[in-house]
Amino acid sequence: MNLGIKLRDKAIYIGMLLTVNFPMAYAQSQSAIQPASDQARGISYIWWSMFWVALIVFVAVMILLAWGLWRGKSNNPSQLSYLASRNLVIIAGIAVPLITVICLVGGSLFLGRSLSQQSPDNALEVRVTGWMWWWQIEYLDDNGNTIATTANELHVPVDRPVMLYLESGDVIHSFWVPQLHGKTDLIPGRTNTSWFQVDGPGAFRGQCAEFCGLQHALMGFLVVSEPKAKFDAWLANQQAPAPSPSDSKTLAGQQVFFESGCQQCHTIRGTEARGTAGPDLTHLASRQSIASVTRKNSRAHLGGWVADPNGIKPGAKMPMAQLSPKQLSNLLDYLQSLQ
Amino acid sequence: MKNHSQTEQAMFDDQEGSEPILDKTWLSPPGFFGWFTHVNQRQIGFRFVVTSLIFFALGGLLALLMRLQLVQPENTLMGADFYHQIMTMHGTTMMFFFAVPAMEGLGIYLVPLMLGTRDMSFPRLNAFGYYVYLIAGITLYIALFLGMAPDTGWFSYVPLAGIDYSPGQGVSFWTTMITFIEISALTAAVELIVTILKQRAPGMTLDRMPIFVWSILVMSFMIVFAMPTVMVGSVLLALDRTFETQFFVAAGGGDPLLWQHLFWFFGHPEVYIIVVPALGIVSTVISTFCQREVFGYTAVVLSMVTIGFVSFGLWVHHMFTTGLPHLGLSFFTAASAMIAIPSGVQIFCWIATLWGAKIKFNTPMLFIMGFFAVFVIGGLTGVMAASIPFDMQAHDSYFVVAHLHYVLIGGAVLPFFAGLYYWYPKMTGSMLSERLGRWSFWLIFIGLNLTFFPMHQLGLDGMPRRVYTYLHNMGWGEINFFVTCAAFLMAFGFLLTFINALISPYQSRSAGNNPWHADTLEWWAESPPRNFNFRHLPVINSRTPLWQKAPLQKVTGIRADRREIIITTLLDAKPQGVCIMPTPTYWPFILALTVGFGFLGFMFKPILFVVGFFLSFFAIVGWLWPARPWLHEQPPEDGHPVRGLQ
Repeated sequence: MNLGIKLRDKAIYIGMLLTVNFPMAYAQSQSAIQPASDQARGISYIWWSMFWVALIVFVAVMILLAWGLWRGKSNNPSQLSYLASRNLVIIAGIAVPLITVICLVGGSLFLGRSLSQQSPDNALEVRVTGWMWWWQIEYLDDNGNTIATTANELHVPVDRPVMLYLESGDVIHSFWVPQLHGKTDLIPGRTNTSWFQVDGPGAFRGQCAEFCGLQHALMGFLVVSEPKAKFDAWLANQQAPAPSPSDSKTLAGQQVFFESGCQQCHTIRGTEARGTAGPDLTHLASRQSIASVTRKNSRAHLGGWVADPNGIKPGAKMPMAQLSPKQLSNLLDYLQSLQ
Repeated sequence: MKNHSQTEQAMFDDQEGSEPILDKTWLSPPGFFGWFTHVNQRQIGFRFVVTSLIFFALGGLLALLMRLQLVQPENTLMGADFYHQIMTMHGTTMMFFFAVPAMEGLGIYLVPLMLGTRDMSFPRLNAFGYYVYLIAGITLYIALFLGMAPDTGWFSYVPLAGIDYSPGQGVSFWTTMITFIEISALTAAVELIVTILKQRAPGMTLDRMPIFVWSILVMSFMIVFAMPTVMVGSVLLALDRTFETQFFVAAGGGDPLLWQHLFWFFGHPEVYIIVVPALGIVSTVISTFCQREVFGYTAVVLSMVTIGFVSFGLWVHHMFTTGLPHLGLSFFTAASAMIAIPSGVQIFCWIATLWGAKIKFNTPMLFIMGFFAVFVIGGLTGVMAASIPFDMQAHDSYFVVAHLHYVLIGGAVLPFFAGLYYWYPKMTGSMLSERLGRWSFWLIFIGLNLTFFPMHQLGLDGMPRRVYTYLHNMGWGEINFFVTCAAFLMAFGFLLTFINALISPYQSRSAGNNPWHADTLEWWAESPPRNFNFRHLPVINSRTPLWQKAPLQKVTGIRADRREIIITTLLDAKPQGVCIMPTPTYWPFILALTVGFGFLGFMFKPILFVVGFFLSFFAIVGWLWPARPWLHEQPPEDGHPVRGLQ
């Protein structure tokens, strides 16, 4: 018993050590004013127009204020006549704001209407479900059936619009990739939609934007856009069941997976693991990151995560696995074989 | 009432030698136990202001803690759980326990003085409202120190705040205390409305009423219409949590969006409940320091009324990303942007007023100048956020954090501090230090701009709100570090004003009755006002009574040996009768305790709510126990107004 605890501690220690020593994943922009889609570009355009108008208005008001104050500095204070005061209020206080506001409302409604329109017919349809605190991503066929499931990493083709069906499995989340589009909430009992088309290949970070509890801050995800051929190959791979263990280590790792009860929460298609509480792990090794884009998908980080998920993300629902270093090593071999 | 039985003849306040009697009649009993019996409007108003400032300091400290956690990426100063508790408490404190009570407190203190009367309507209810507020605030902070504070944000979105995802007592504390404190806001609002409409000095027609009083009237009506929705919302949430009703549970046929509608139907007017009285302060201070009437009295008043109305048609702009139909949302874009017009009217009425005026830039006026710059920026970013497409990016990002702090600090805190520096002499009898005041202003002004302006950039860079940490590689580290440093600068500025307020009474800068040569009636009273506010009740014949050459006329025939005030008609302020005000009593305090017991008990055992209900019933019986000797009095025949008007 004593030995078991020691081994577990050792495993955690090794995992933590590895995690701490490796730098984080990705240096990626999450900027709303570096748009990479028509949708985000439209919004960015509205922002810059409003920014310049607001700057002019602000400077004009401050100049008027300063001018009025400066007039009082002279030796003979004066008062604006009733007529001049009235005209100032009517022109600067009513007419100018009214015209500005009408232009703004008009322009923003025009753009808003195009953003809220239905996506084109040829769109790729994806269902995104928010969970505390990760994203389930399901690719749908024309009939709305799921053909492939993954997590926290949304691959999209560059030449095709992407239609998102946004749902929630627990509390309200919000899907936000600033470089691609504004955010849309994922609300229990509703299916919201949003669509965008990415300009070119790239990786764009997104993050939950509605406060959803302990790990709201680190509920990230990645949108990876690829040329059609590459995307099709990726999707075909995601559709396939997991590769079977090919050597003794991975076979032992698979055993550890089942003995530790991982299958209660995780699915690995092609095996008995059909849990749905956690992310689908069928092609875990093909993803760039783990823990909702909090850590790079390397052996070290994966080990640290399995050994102590709460050490990395306090409150994470995944329990601590009680494994010997050897078990952990085998499990990592298995997980890393899930290409 | 002893006075009455002892003196054979009634004593009137215009008779010689009536002053000591008048003073004794309106006396608030001294001593520790006497403190719980006070009902006079000045005592209660002062307590509201002081208590709200204490909560302001606490909320500010929480904000500094949050900034310390965010000073660098992946900081480990505190855990997510604690961060979420102080984040929730910061928002709840600033909105419910600072801003609204602070404005109400100023209103309660100043409105009767500005109207030329000796107390507010329903003084005992007023005291009750204060104790309710105090109990609610103390309870929430005890919860924080026990680590049981709510942690779902000041907006408590369901289902996160539902029993399934927040099984602890934190959210229960939130729902019960929010319901509880809104009782306090509602009582204050009702008293202020009745006071303003029925207790104005004879001759103070509605269009002679000070603009500040108008702003308090608009605020009060807004409270009456806005607060009940959040009370309903939080009661439904408490029912969902305690009795498994399904109002907000999608699986049970409820709708999480219903909560958002209820909350923001209150939540948006709440912003203007805070801002409108601040606009009233701006008008008042500008008028005094320019020594001229605010240009466009009618336009300014109508603008405030318009803001009051329109603010009830904006709430959905907090829900632009919830997937509601675009056409429906468009109306809320238009309504939100429309606020720019009444705001613009007021800004330019003020600019027209101070155009060419010889202005003394004392501290209150400095704070108003700061208000101009900060509030205009906040208003402009507000118009931006009214655009649906842009809001889809800005919503729940640091851009909105920047925007709302510009509006609330610029639009409410700066004017409130202007008001503090302006009315402090009236409340205490001594002036605040100008030197400290200037230092304080510049530190606050520079600090707040350095704190909140860079947050616009953080928001556009994609940093969401309400995050307890962020990763190294996001590139937000430098700005956050800068912002945290600036926040301490701003906090130091606020600290200077607190120090100033604490030491100034000992520095013998006697204020005199009217240090700013202002025009409104509160400056006619002594500083600080005597127990009876005014030695004689005034009669008004202009908008600027203290700037008239002729001395004020006085009302005669008001008795000095009991608490009499004069009641006037709603529009023209013609004398209607005399009302006899209640005397100091323990009952409001006892009732607040029993009601508090019921609400708190409900969290632990629902049956205790019923116990609290019956205890409250007995407290109300005690409160209302008839002791009204004047009921048997005959109306006098000497031309004095009718007495004993009920």
